[in-house]
Formats: sequence, C-alpha cells, structure tokens
Amino acid sequence: MRPAPSLLLFTTLSGAGYGLLAVWALAGLFGALPAEPLVGAVGLGLALLLITTGLLASTFHLGRPDRAWRAFSQWRTSWLSREAVAAVATFVPAVWLAGAWVLGGWVSAPAALLSAGGAALTVFCTGRIYATLVPIPRWHQPLTTPVFLALALASGATLGACLAALLGLDPTAPGLAALLALPLAWGLKLLWWQRGDARAPVATAAAAIGLPGTSPVRLVEPAHSAGSWLLDETGFRVARRHAAKLRRLALGFGAALPWPLLALGLFVGGRAALLFVVPAVLALALGLAIERWLFFAEARHTVGVWYGEEAV
Amino acid sequence: MTALPDPPPARRLGLVIDLDTCVGCQACVVACKEWNGGGAAGPLGDLEPWGRAPSGTWLNRVHGFEAGEGEAGRTVYFPRSCLHCENALCVTVCPTGASYKRAEDGIVLVDESKCMGCGLCAWACPYGARELDRPSGVMKKCTLCVDRIGDPSLPEEDRVPACVAACPARARHFGDLGDPESPVSRLVAERGGVELLPELGYRPTNRYLPPRPRRRLEASGERLEDAPATGGFLGWLDRLLGG
Repeated sequence: MRPAPSLLLFTTLSGAGYGLLAVWALAGLFGALPAEPLVGAVGLGLALLLITTGLLASTFHLGRPDRAWRAFSQWRTSWLSREAVAAVATFVPAVWLAGAWVLGGWVSAPAALLSAGGAALTVFCTGRIYATLVPIPRWHQPLTTPVFLALALASGATLGACLAALLGLDPTAPGLAALLALPLAWGLKLLWWQRGDARAPVATAAAAIGLPGTSPVRLVEPAHSAGSWLLDETGFRVARRHAAKLRRLALGFGAALPWPLLALGLFVGGRAALLFVVPAVLALALGLAIERWLFFAEARHTVGVWYGEEAV
Repeated sequence: MTALPDPPPARRLGLVIDLDTCVGCQACVVACKEWNGGGAAGPLGDLEPWGRAPSGTWLNRVHGFEAGEGEAGRTVYFPRSCLHCENALCVTVCPTGASYKRAEDGIVLVDESKCMGCGLCAWACPYGARELDRPSGVMKKCTLCVDRIGDPSLPEEDRVPACVAACPARARHFGDLGDPESPVSRLVAERGGVELLPELGYRPTNRYLPPRPRRRLEASGERLEDAPATGGFLGWLDRLLGG
C-alpha cells in the first residue's frame, strides 16, 4: 500500500497527541502534575495542536475535502466514520479540561476522565479501520489495534515526560508510564511483524482466475499497458528489499535508544534530565516515522494476484 | 446509509462470465468505457490520454493468464469488474453514506454527490473493482449499467449491460442469480460456475464458468503419416521415383 504522507502525518501526530492528552489529563487528575495554568496550557495545548494538525493532514488524503463533513454520518457501520465522530467529540472534554486548568487553576475530574477515554476511543477506531480490511492480510490481524493504542500511549507519555522536564516539574509519572509503554508497544509490534510474515496467503493467482489448484498460473498479458489509480494505491513495492533493515532501524530509534535515555533522565532528574529526554523524544519520533512508513509500504493487497503476484 | 440491506435482496442481478469462450478481445472493456464515460457513472476521467504516461478510470479490465503446463496448459482471459457482493465490505466501510447496495436487486452503487474520495472502499474490495477518478476526486465502479438495464425507452434486447451487449464471443451473460430457474442460474448449475475467492467471505453475486476440459490430441483425427501409394498415378509416380 502507498504510504501517503497525509496518512503518515495523521496517524503519528494524532496518535502522539491523543497519547499526550490522556497522560496529561490522568497525571493532572491524580496530582502528579500541579494544577497550574502554565502546566495545563503547555501540555494540553501541545496535545490539541498535534491532534488538530494530524486531523487537518488527513483531509489532504481526500479527493473531495469539501465533503469531509459527511464522514460524521455513518458511525453505525464505518470505523472511519466512528473515528471522525470520536476525534471531534473528544475536543469537548479536552477543551473543558484545558479551560478549567488554564483559566480556573483546577483539574476537572469528569473532563480528565472523558478526555482520556475519548483519546483512547479515537485511537482504537483508527486501529479498527486497518484491522478490519480483509484484503490486506498484514493489517487484518487482532494485534493491529493494540499496536496503535500502545504506540500512541508510548509516544504521548515520552512527550509528556519531556514537557514536564522542560517545565521544571517532576517527570516521574509520565516517565514511568513511558518506560512501561515503550517495551509493551514495541513488543507487540515485533509480534505483529512476525505474525504478518508467518501468515498463510489468502489469495493466489490460480484462485484469482477461479481455478484454485492449477499450477503454474502466470500473468502473460497485463490488463493495461498504462497506469491506474488502483495500482498506484495498492502496488507499492519499494520497501520489500530494505524491510528487514528498516525494521531494525525502527526498533533502534523507537525503543533501544529512547528507553535508556528516558531512564537516565528520570534517574538524573532536574534540569540535567533534559539532556536525555529531549534526544529520547527525537529518536522515538524518527523510529515511529519509519515504523508507520513500513506499516503501509510492507502491506500487500489481494488485487496484486491479478497483476503478477503469485500469492498475497 | 451504508448498512447492507437486511434481509439480503432476493433478486441478485449480476454477470456470469464464461472463461472457456472469452478470447480476451477487450471489446467489453472498451464498450464499458464508452457507455459509462457518458452515462450515470460518467465521466470516466483520463490523465494525459495522449501523453507519455497515460492513466485513467476503467470499470472493467481483462487480464491474460497462462494456466497449467503441457497438454493441460491453456490461456485464460479473465475479465475483472465489480462482483456486486452480498457481504460488500466496500459499502459498510464508507464513512459518508455514498456507497450503498440496492435493496431491490443487490446492485452496489456510489452516490457521487456524497463521495469525499477517501479511497477506503477500494482498499476494502479484494477484487480491485473500484477506482478513484482523479479528475473528479470521487470513486467509480461498475453500475451493471443501471441506466441501460432499467431504461424502458430502449428495445428490450438492449436492456443489458454494455459489456454483455458488446461481447462477440457471447462469453458474458446477465441475469438474476437469486432466481434458481433463471437462464444464468441454470447456466451456472450446468457448467459448474464458481464463486471467486469464497474463503474471503464477501459472497459475490457474479459467477465464472471454468474452461471446459480439453479434448485429447489423439481423438482429434488421424496423425499425419506417410501414406503408402499403391496404385494409380501417385503409385506410378512413387515407383518411378524409386519409393
């Protein structure tokens, strides 16, 4: 599948934004962060900025962005519609939480809980969009949604620890959340990769022409000599050759670097912690960008069996 | 509404395509592009149609395959278009309500005035039946020529999809696959018509008729051998030449 920049930006930025929103709301609720206006403004402001940027980026994926408002209508059947509804609905408690925190200097418990719940629900819907796509076997597996949720939490918590350190606060609460979420997320991701590699094909060239069991079957006359939108969208192949190397890079930048950096930052504490937590955020951002690019680039669609692939 | 009709439509209009007689001439492909370029599904946009890298929207494509080896080997032309599935995931994933399945005959359609061009339905279709039209930014797909099959102003023999009308090999048949007594259902029963990729669970309406078993070479006539020339002019010539 083609890794469209709009979708890479949307899933990574909004994922981190919703993760940060949940972490900041819960840390505020349980008193791990002070109910001071500046603390609320910086943390919730950045979370909402990331979420909004991601949502705006996603509209660049549309052929007719002027009709995006219609995506709120089909929540009864469509995960994409549910995601749109959840994403916008989460703004209500998030703005309420931010308003009370910044203007009133207090953390509203219902707003904090609803913000965290809305954030989790939105990312859950994002995962379900991909996990329910039967023709793309690598995405159509039970772990797809947990991986999205865990990576959103890990990136949001890491970002939260960095912000706390920047504000001169104790980064222990978001930092500990990140130290737990990072290995969980990348462990799930590793398992997701392995299961995706080991799965049996769901379609073969022989089955594609209604003659399962026939061997060999090979394409001799392509249906068209020129391009098509469908092939541009589903026939992306660049990643295959470098996939193993890119996975190691994603793990290195996304897990192996940020975890010890974050742990050191928490251990050192104070202003010196910034020397470790800022590079941890940057490394994780790079690791996530590679991971998300591979998520699309490595995924193959069953339509490939009509275009020369033996099995998908 | 992108919910599928419940209960599933009893009438299931669709195509039965004979892989034995399809010669891969692409007439159905061109007829489809021509009719739907201007009809209810039109226009079907092309980018750089006379340029170096042309690309465009087509609702029907024919792929040429070689299947099997040696005596069992054959060429199979495979026409691919929307199969109008009963369990159409392309409809239920649609976030805007543009995609729908008609309750009266099961035809899967796109209301282009609602489509926002997100492309998710094309991802959800395992058969690659949907293409986003780049010039207009909306999704296009086979309509089974709803603007032909339901048009009372056309002569009755023309109320079939353009691809069916165009096929010179009579390899394409149109009818109600929900009625076991319809000509297309009887054809499917007679020829052992198959459902494409049934394990994916989409329950497509269209059926493909597999190629008939090939007759063995020995049965097709005497092998060409040296005939003994015993009499007449050829016998004399044979003897003269020292046979």
